[in-house]
Amino acid sequence: MSEESIISLKNVNKWFGDFHVLQDVNLEVKKKERIVVCGPSGSGKSTMIRCINRLEEHQEGSIVVDGIELTGNLKNIDNVRKEVGMVFQQFNLFPHLSVKENITLAPIWVKKMPKAEAEELAMRQLEIVKIPEQANKYPGQLSGGQQQRVAIARSLAMNPNIMLFDEPTSALDPEMIKEVLDVMVDLANGGMTMIVVTHEMGFAKTVADRMVFMDEGKIVEEASPDKFFNNPESDRTKLFLSQILHQ
Amino acid sequence: MNEMNEVRKPPVATTGIIGWLRINLFFNWTNSLITLFVIYCLYQFIPWILDWTIFSADFKYNYLGEQITNQEMCSRNLDPENGGACWAVIYVRFYQFIYGFYPKVEVWRVNIAYFMLALALLPLLYSKLPYRKYFLYFTYIFPVIAYFLLNGGLGFTEVSTNKWGGLLVTLVLGCTGIALAFPIGIMLALGRRSKLPVISMMCTLFIEFIRGVPLITLLFFGMVMLPLFLPEGIDMDGLVRVLVAVTLFQSAYMAEVIRGGLQAIPPGQYEAAKSLGMSYWRMNLLIILPQAIRISIPPIVNTSIGLFKDTTLVIIVGILDLLGIGRGTLADTNWLGLSYEIYFFVSLVFFIFTFGMSRYSLYLEKKLKTGINMGAD
Repeated sequence: MSEESIISLKNVNKWFGDFHVLQDVNLEVKKKERIVVCGPSGSGKSTMIRCINRLEEHQEGSIVVDGIELTGNLKNIDNVRKEVGMVFQQFNLFPHLSVKENITLAPIWVKKMPKAEAEELAMRQLEIVKIPEQANKYPGQLSGGQQQRVAIARSLAMNPNIMLFDEPTSALDPEMIKEVLDVMVDLANGGMTMIVVTHEMGFAKTVADRMVFMDEGKIVEEASPDKFFNNPESDRTKLFLSQILHQ
Repeated sequence: MNEMNEVRKPPVATTGIIGWLRINLFFNWTNSLITLFVIYCLYQFIPWILDWTIFSADFKYNYLGEQITNQEMCSRNLDPENGGACWAVIYVRFYQFIYGFYPKVEVWRVNIAYFMLALALLPLLYSKLPYRKYFLYFTYIFPVIAYFLLNGGLGFTEVSTNKWGGLLVTLVLGCTGIALAFPIGIMLALGRRSKLPVISMMCTLFIEFIRGVPLITLLFFGMVMLPLFLPEGIDMDGLVRVLVAVTLFQSAYMAEVIRGGLQAIPPGQYEAAKSLGMSYWRMNLLIILPQAIRISIPPIVNTSIGLFKDTTLVIIVGILDLLGIGRGTLADTNWLGLSYEIYFFVSLVFFIFTFGMSRYSLYLEKKLKTGINMGAD
């Protein structure tokens, strides 16, 4: 089992001060698997995926990504970050750079790619997220949905094996959510390993191979979407689903 | 319905010159009164200042047509009823004001250095300059060229720095201080925010110590104490010692200004850079500092202007900058009592430089803001 899994979290514990955010979290993700993580706010779902590329440090347990264990070893961290792309709730585009420069920056400086090649790559990525015409604009001139698609393109330009999405549509106006989700569905159909923290249950139903429900720092339930939505085991999951599906 | 679709123009009285006058100068009763009062004051002051500085002033000759060689020959001293400023003192002492006591045979070197300074600033001032890249290369090597030109060596006769003075010293101190303090300040600011406690503590200590001490104390410190720290037999030039003190002082202030900019960068920028696999230095050089420095342009220019003016304090340790030469001239019996003229001239020179810096910062802010929305807006 663990041999074919590309991400493996074992008994991961983490505290913010005295607050126990992650409590004995265990999660195995296989190659090309699409996981959707949901749960109430403060349940530790963002913290968990931020531990996977070491934006947060876990204090106990082990996290292994593509055979590399995350420890204090800086080289390991660098190597893991090259494998893992991340998309944030607030997009976090670099406002002083044009859209194209946002995408070419890491390939040029981290991967030492020649500039012309990086620009070609950037244009290809922008085609994938369907906004090649915005290449020379600055992030501040784009809508939220466009910015988030640029952020996805920026991550993809590093050619990651795994993509983490931390509530990618939560900061968007309702009419822009779909354009971002469409890009993510395309990506999922293309065979990317994905962990997505989201409350978009429609997206979860179409894309997810497995649902993970977290509450108070623990993984409460792990199940296929079919079982998760129609026949959840725990009462906590039932309560959560009833609240978010029957608004 | 058709009428509704027509584009309505704003009322005439709110646009154009008349509109501007109405809104800004004669908006209501009190506003109009204040406007009239200010116009009256200007009417009284402007003709008087123009008359004193230009129309009734002596430039080289007094009203009798004689060339002025001392203060007694100034029109205003010959005939107190007549005559304005006596600029002849600036004319006669002009060489000292600009070059200090630099030997006359070698002064072409200073002139070339002044010219090259202008050339080195050019690519910084105009980003659309053709061949800007090559001009920038020149800017980077300019300090080395200027050092040999002014100081000597490489075939040039040595000119000891105690012969330097006037504008030359002001510019050397101001430019070197600002140019060196900027990178040191960046390093200190990054160091103070570092997660490594030793580095952070050292930077904090340095900044707090330098900032907590008056510049004059640092100048004395540089003059008296610095030589004690050097190995025996090495004599540090007086101007260099002052330069070290000025640079340290300025870099502590610059560090705090840049730290302010760094604090304004949202944590998401760091996270995005890290998640793309960037190292600490790449992240700071490519993502964080360009934004932080952009935010800090107004305070960076503010402290730079402050330093440029503070260089006048070197008079305390016996170095004669522009103001020092002015004070020296005033002590000369030939030119006693011409303090208005001399301080006016010194102020004007300082104002030209600092006003230039201030305009440059406005230009930079405008240029960097176009097309870029910083942060959340």
